[in-house]
Amino acid sequence: MSGDTGGKRVGIVLVSHSADVASAVAELARGLAGGGDLAPVAAAGGLPGGGLGTSAELIAGAARAVDTGAGVALLVDLGSAVLTVKALLAEDDELPEGARLVDAPFVEGAVAALVTASAGGDLDAVASAASEAYAYRKE
Amino acid sequence: MYDGDFAVRWMAAVAVAVDREAGRLTELDSAIGDADHGANLRRGFTAVAEALAKEPPATPGGVLAAAGRRLISTVGGASGPLYGTLLRRAGKELGEEPAVDREGLARALAAGVAAVGRLGGAVVGDKTMLDALTPAVAALSESFAAARSAAEEGARATVPLRARKGRASYLGERSIGHQDPGATSSALLFAALEEVAEA
Repeated sequence: MSGDTGGKRVGIVLVSHSADVASAVAELARGLAGGGDLAPVAAAGGLPGGGLGTSAELIAGAARAVDTGAGVALLVDLGSAVLTVKALLAEDDELPEGARLVDAPFVEGAVAALVTASAGGDLDAVASAASEAYAYRKE
Repeated sequence: MYDGDFAVRWMAAVAVAVDREAGRLTELDSAIGDADHGANLRRGFTAVAEALAKEPPATPGGVLAAAGRRLISTVGGASGPLYGTLLRRAGKELGEEPAVDREGLARALAAGVAAVGRLGGAVVGDKTMLDALTPAVAALSESFAAARSAAEEGARATVPLRARKGRASYLGERSIGHQDPGATSSALLFAALEEVAEA
């Protein structure tokens, strides 16, 4: 595995318009990443009071929760989820240092990111594993 | 010259306008979007107006930057980061100046509009808020009234366009014939600016 993170692991945040989608994809990724000691993954889905949407507050909270100092990979579904994370990253103090928006398919990317982060991959390795999930064709 | 208090009144006027027009914005958004534009912007600008009334920053730059951050944190739809970026970037551009003239405001808003374009990857003609914002900031160097007219004209001109960004773009040809909700709310910003400047 490339990049030594000094025992700290990259955290993963899954941002979806839907709380159910975000938490189910987190659960799926945990299940498919296998047993053992997994890297931290948090769901940031929907609006704080319920309902569909993107919450800057939930995203920032999830990013802080999974931050161990090795960086945080944020995977997003679409539209305002993409724009909100980008807008937060444009500010210096909204997200932990080393937070990065990862360009990846949401479900496949989440699994690839969690497997890579759990194996001790650094943020670059996690991001490229998640992005490479785009290359897996289904027909 | 336009100071922090002016910027607070502008944001308050936007909140009033968005509240008044929320139904219409949502109606436009239900034709080509997900029918939440009015409610989302109302939530955002109400929060902005409340925060600014409680703790008004002293400078116009401070007011716009605070308003932008508030929108990003409260809206919950794409309009939050987009309008948030517009105002935050414009606020940063104004810096710590205690007051600015119209040309200074126009330059700062132009920087905000450019940041919106980078964030969303849209250009004029894509049937987005940029279709109202871009001509409006260009006309602002002339007058507040010209900026308002340019924004309203830009919003109307989105009707025959085919959407190339956002959820509306999934509709393809079917997005033609509807006025873009984001361009429509952008025109409200410049109507409120003229109102407050001419008051």
